[in-house]
Formats: sequence, structure tokens, C-alpha cells
Amino acid sequence: MNNINFLKPDKSNLNTFLYTGSFLFFISVLDVFLNSFFKFNFVGFLPNFLSFFMPLILGFIGLHFIRIEYSGIKQLDLINKHINTNNFNAILSLLIIFIIIKSIPPILSWFFIDASFAGDSKDVCTGSGACWTYIKVWMRRFMYGMYPNAEQWRINLSFIALALLGSVGYFATNRFKKYLTLYYVVIYPLIAFLFIFFFISGGPVFFDFSYGIIAAILSIIVGFFIPSKFKFYYFLIVPFALYILLKYFLFFEEYIELGKLEGLNWVETGAWGGLSLTFIISFFCLIFCFPIGMAFALGRRSSFPLIRYISIGFIEFWRGVPLITVLFMSAVMFPMFLPADFFIDKLVRCIIAISLFEAAYVAEVIRGGLQALPRGQYEAAKSLGMGYWKMHIFVILPQALKLVIPGIANTFLALVKDTPLIFVVGLLEIVGMLNLAKTNPEWLGFAMEGYVFAAIIFWIICYAMSKYSYNLEQKYKTDR
Amino acid sequence: MNFKLKDLGPQLITVIAVVLIFGFFTYNAQINMENRGIDFGYGFLSQESSFDVQFSLIEYDGSHSYFRAYLVGLLNTILVSVIGIIIATIIGVIVGVARLSPNYLINRFAAYYVEFFRNIPLLLQIFFWYFAALRALPLPQDAEAIFGVFFLTIKGLYVPAFLWENFNIFLYSIIAAIIAIIVIKIQAKKLQETQGKQIPVFLISIGLIFILPLLSFLIGGVNLSFEIPKLKQLAATSFVYDGGLSLPPELIALTLSLSLYTATFIAECVRAGIQGVSKGQKEAAASIGLTPNQVLKLVIMPQALRIIIPPTTNQYLNLTKNSSLAAAIAYPDLVLVFAGTALMQTGKAIEIVSITMFTYLSLSISISILMNWYNKKIAIQEK
Repeated sequence: MNNINFLKPDKSNLNTFLYTGSFLFFISVLDVFLNSFFKFNFVGFLPNFLSFFMPLILGFIGLHFIRIEYSGIKQLDLINKHINTNNFNAILSLLIIFIIIKSIPPILSWFFIDASFAGDSKDVCTGSGACWTYIKVWMRRFMYGMYPNAEQWRINLSFIALALLGSVGYFATNRFKKYLTLYYVVIYPLIAFLFIFFFISGGPVFFDFSYGIIAAILSIIVGFFIPSKFKFYYFLIVPFALYILLKYFLFFEEYIELGKLEGLNWVETGAWGGLSLTFIISFFCLIFCFPIGMAFALGRRSSFPLIRYISIGFIEFWRGVPLITVLFMSAVMFPMFLPADFFIDKLVRCIIAISLFEAAYVAEVIRGGLQALPRGQYEAAKSLGMGYWKMHIFVILPQALKLVIPGIANTFLALVKDTPLIFVVGLLEIVGMLNLAKTNPEWLGFAMEGYVFAAIIFWIICYAMSKYSYNLEQKYKTDR
Repeated sequence: MNFKLKDLGPQLITVIAVVLIFGFFTYNAQINMENRGIDFGYGFLSQESSFDVQFSLIEYDGSHSYFRAYLVGLLNTILVSVIGIIIATIIGVIVGVARLSPNYLINRFAAYYVEFFRNIPLLLQIFFWYFAALRALPLPQDAEAIFGVFFLTIKGLYVPAFLWENFNIFLYSIIAAIIAIIVIKIQAKKLQETQGKQIPVFLISIGLIFILPLLSFLIGGVNLSFEIPKLKQLAATSFVYDGGLSLPPELIALTLSLSLYTATFIAECVRAGIQGVSKGQKEAAASIGLTPNQVLKLVIMPQALRIIIPPTTNQYLNLTKNSSLAAAIAYPDLVLVFAGTALMQTGKAIEIVSITMFTYLSLSISISILMNWYNKKIAIQEK
């Protein structure tokens, strides 16, 4: 037997160190475990101060003993490498293990064991745990806001239909694959818009908005066939001309009334709310902010100084102000800037405000991608005789967008996380509905459950989005 | 620069379109304001505001002007932002470094922290802390003292107030210490460059920053005493703490959620920055015989900071802008006091919203100018 130096464990006394070390470590974990699960403290005979720190001290000594370099035991080496590299790390590891053990019982009991699930009134919530009955009773409000109960199938149906239509890309055969971009950029938003316009709202709520959308989409489709030389002028004039044409000459209000689906009641946007409103707003803002952002990104890199300065001004303005003031502006200031008889729906104003705001961020992200492309790409495209638009659409933007997928995804995540702010203009999506439900005199005192519920929903949405963007990034990654 | 006539077309049309849009808006605004009998102007700023604000850093009540109310809001916004930035930086750096730790548990812990807090909307977090977590705190009469002097209650955090005598002398001593440290640093650098001698600048600096203020206590007649908050009964069941400083729960909830949320982004910046320094740098530094501390201080950090600072600046800006969410929990910041209450009372929508936006814009731009300057200073000077 070699002489043992307890300050410096080594391989020659492997078993002694291993057994004492693991035993001490086991005791320390066991102590915390019993303390936390069974409220039993077996070092309780010690002075208060010492019994509190006892597991930490024991565990520390234990971990010190088993820190043997090149022990030859695979598991031990792994443990040493990962959680037990030195004294400092050992203490941190112990603390984290203890925190986890300590926090499991209260969390479990709050979420499940003491929680009440059954019933549909406040009376069942007597335990110390969460009152999920509250969520159950208010579920419809949290999902659909003030949308009439009898009409909620319209929202469900629209979302299911849109989800199905959105998944077309996975089933498209090779023959149709090349049209997918056109489908997702132009046709799908149009269908989505029609669904929401005719089905969810059930009537002419979005008057001017709908003309604008139709004009924009028509002009984009035709725009593909316009020679690149005239494209700028084309996009400057035609959409507005189309809009005016549609609004004042083609569609009269009677036609819109005719276009209403038979038997559907009109539900004003003020009644929309809950999670479905979060989805609607995120969806539309996402669709609009992307092209606007792209336009300003190109504008900022334009060789025309005036266009460049206007773009810089736009981007820096929106990036410099908080969203809440933008929404304030859309609520109180924007109506002042419009003709007196001209009314734009609150929800539409919100969507415009958020889209412009996020567009500035999208613009900066895309600009990053444009700047990251080597000059050679531009020069190669030019030397092939491509014009500005052709060069950007076929050579520059596909590569630049590929580069900035993570940035774009982050911006979209921020957009989804910003939607609760619409409480400023009085629209209540899920967080707003929670605050409303919280103040209901019959259901006072369940704020925690509500926020936890919403947090879980948002977390799932955002986490899924970020993972999806990561997958996209991997899919489109091309080594250059 | 070759001027082309055909370039003029698109630019001219864009400018005309922008001017037309703005002209349309102003024209409408004029007509609308005439119809409603509102006149445009910033004269209301000097009028008496006649509303009260719960929490203010400067003296303020209803008899002061709207401009004063604006200042109150602005200072509250700056207060939240500064505290938030400091805490967020501390947490962010710790978590960012922890994410690179070889310790698996710490590594995962930090990663889960980041994934958890950054995927939940900030507004929801603010509501959670304010309406759910802080509401579970004890009433003033039941609160237990933390370290005997702090009281965390449902009505806010009560901390001892500092009572200074000859505070200005103390301030001068600190300024003197800072100047002395800068001078010593310059001298030390000169000494090292000319004679290769190294003096322990860090230790001297620490010593100076403690000794000079201490001297001011001993010789300068500076005196510091604490006023500990005491429980006071207002009515049969109503208690408050008297004396000391009180931080309202709105401020606590706001700084807590802002810093926890922003820290996740800062942590990612820090991680990216440290990972961005190539491994060869570390090995090269070690191979010329620098100690691990020197490697970190002289080689890794200067290069990592260069990557860390620009995105972190962005996060500071975001935090400042996000502090406007204070309006949701009635913390009297710029948006609530000025764009909320003042706007409601005066009805001057255009003026007030434009002033508010302009204030945020100038705050953002000044922070970004400051950071750009710093960024330029530490950027690689290529020869």
C-alpha cells in the first residue's frame, strides 16, 4: 500500500479514492434528495449553518477524491472531463445538480400533483397548485378572442385550409417545383388574404386594403414580363394606376356586397383576438415586410444618391424608434393624416405599422447579405449583359438571401414576439386576452397560470421557428 | 463620378413620389386640425400640466409644466435603461462564457437559459414578473429583512438611503483618482515602450481608487450614514416603510425582465465573439511564453471585443427601445407620462408623438455614435 495523500488523489490508490469519493458524493446528493422530496434532513443534528452547507462540503470532497487523471475507467474519465475538471467547476456542477433536485418537487406539484384540472368553476381550485380549470374555461377566449362562439369554425377551417395549402410544397412533383416560388410569393398570400377577407371577417372590412393587394399582386405577375429597362417606372406607376382603376372604375361597392359569401355574418376586427389574431397579424406582417425590406435594402445600395438617402432615412428612422410609439402613431396620429371621410380599419393600420417597422430590420439584414457577396458576382452578371433587375433577381438576391436566412428568421421571430404590443391600439391577442381574463371578478388570482400557459405556447412557436430556420440554413448551405 | 442624364429620371420620380406622399399627409392634417379646431404648436410645453407622476427622479407635481413632465419621463426611461444595461451585461457575459465552459452541466444550463428566455415575448415576461411573481411577495408588515436593511415587499424594494456630508469632496476625490490612474497608465505605457519596464498598473489603480476616497473620509470631512427604512402604520391594516429609498415594483419588474431578456442576446454575442478568435492566436500567444492570464488579457480579449461590441451595441439600443414597454405596467416612463397622460390631456397628437419619437431617435443615434467611435478606436489598424 502506498502512502495516501488526500490532497492529491492519484491512480496508485484508485479504489480507496474511488469508493470514498463516490460514497461522499452519493451521500451529498442523497441528503439533498431526501430534503427536497421528503422534507427529511438527516444532518439536522448539526448546527443550522453547517447542516445547510453539509451536502456541498461532502460533495466537494467526494468530487475531489474521484478526480484522478487517466484512471483507466472510461465512465470516470468522462465524468472528470465533463463536470469535474477542477475545484471551481466541481462546486458549480454540485450547485447545479442541487438546484435541479431542489426545484423538481415544487414544480411538479404546482404543475400536476396539486393542480386542479376538472370542473368548470373557480370552486374546484382549492389546492396549492395551478388552476388549469381557469385555462380550460377561458380556452375559447384565449384562442379566438371575442369572436362569436358559433362562428369559430370559420377560423378553424381557414387555418386548416391554409396549413394544407401551405404544405403543397412538400408534395409537388418535379414538374411543378419550378413554379413553387411563384406560388408561395404570389398565389398563396392571395388565397390567404381571400380566406381571411371573405371567410373570417365575412364582409367588406378591408375595402381599400383588398384593392391594394389585388393591384400589387397583379402588377407583380405582369412585372415578370416587363423588360428590365422599364421595370422601375413600371413598378412606380402601374400598381397605383391599377389601384385607382380598381377602386373607382371597376369594383363598385355593390359588387363587393355581391362577393360576400351567403349566410356568413360580418365579424368586425375589434372582436378578433386571441392566438388566432397573433397568427393573422404575424402572417400578414411577414408577407408584407419582406418585399418592402428587400426594396429598401436594394435602395440603400443603389447608385442613385437620392434614392440611397431616402432609403437610409427610412431604415434609420424605423430602427431608431420603439414599436410601441409606432403603434401609438398608427392609432392617434395616422388618422389625422388621412382625408376626413377616409377610414382604415384598426387592424389594418396595425399591420401596416408593424410591417413598415419590421421591414427596416429586414432591409438591414438583407443589406448584410448583399454586402457579403463578392464583387465578382456582380461583375460576372453584368458581363453576361444582364440589366439591374435581371442581375438582382437571378444572380444576386438568391445568393444573398441564402446567406441571411438566420438573420431573417431572427427578424421574423422578433415580429412574432412583438405582436402582443398591439394592446396599445386596443386589439387583444393572447396576452391581451390574458390580462382581460385576469381582471374578471369571478376569476381573480390566476395570473400565474395564464402567463405560464401563454409562455409555453409562445415558446413552442418560437422554438419551432428557430429550429426550422436552422434546418433551412443547413439545406441551402452551399460551400463557395 | 460621371453624371448621366438618364440617372436623373428614377431619382426625380422617387423624390416626387415621396414629396407627394408627405404633401398629401400634411394637407390632410391641416384640414383635419382646422375641422377639429386644434392648432399646431409646441407652446403647450410651458403650460401647467396638472397631473401627478408616482415615481420621479426630479421634483415634480401637478403645478409644473408639461416640459417638466417630459423630463420626468425621459429620466425614468434613462434610469431603467442604464440599470438594465448594466445588469444585462453582467448576466450576459457570465452566461456567454458559461456556454463555452468545458463543464457539461454549466454549458447546458446556460444554453437552456438562453433558449428559454429569448423565445418568450418580452411583454409577457414583464407581465409575468409584475402581475404574477411580484404580487406573491409579502405585505410590508410581514416582510422579513434581508441582511437587516433591505425589505422586499409587494409595494416595492426598500433600501437604506445614503446620507452624505460634503459629498462634493468625495466626488472630487474619485475624479482625482481616475485622472491619476489615466496618467499612470500613460506613463506606464511610455516606460514599457522606451525602457521595457513593467509596473503593476492594475494594483496601483485599485489602490488609488480605494485610498483617495478613503482619505477624503479621514481628512476631508466626508461622512456617510445610512437611513434604514422603518415600518410605519398609516391605518389599522395599512403599513408603509418610512425613510430610505423605495424602488417601486414596476421598476423592479421592468429591469428584471429587460435584463433577463436582453442578457440572452448579449450572451450569444459574447459566445460568438470568443469563438470568433481563431485557435491559432491562443496557441501562438502561449508558445511565446505568455501566461494564461496574459493570453486572455492581451490576445484573446482585444480580438474578441472587436467582434462582440457592434452586436452588443445593438442589444443596448434594443433594451433602451424596449424599455418603452413600461407603459404596459404603468411605470411612468416617457411613453406613459408624455405620449399617454400628456397626450390625453392636451390632445396634441402630432406634436407629442413626434417629440416622443424624436427623443427615442436621438437616444438611439447618440448611443450608436458613441459605440461607433469606440468601435473605430479598437478596430484593427492595418498598416
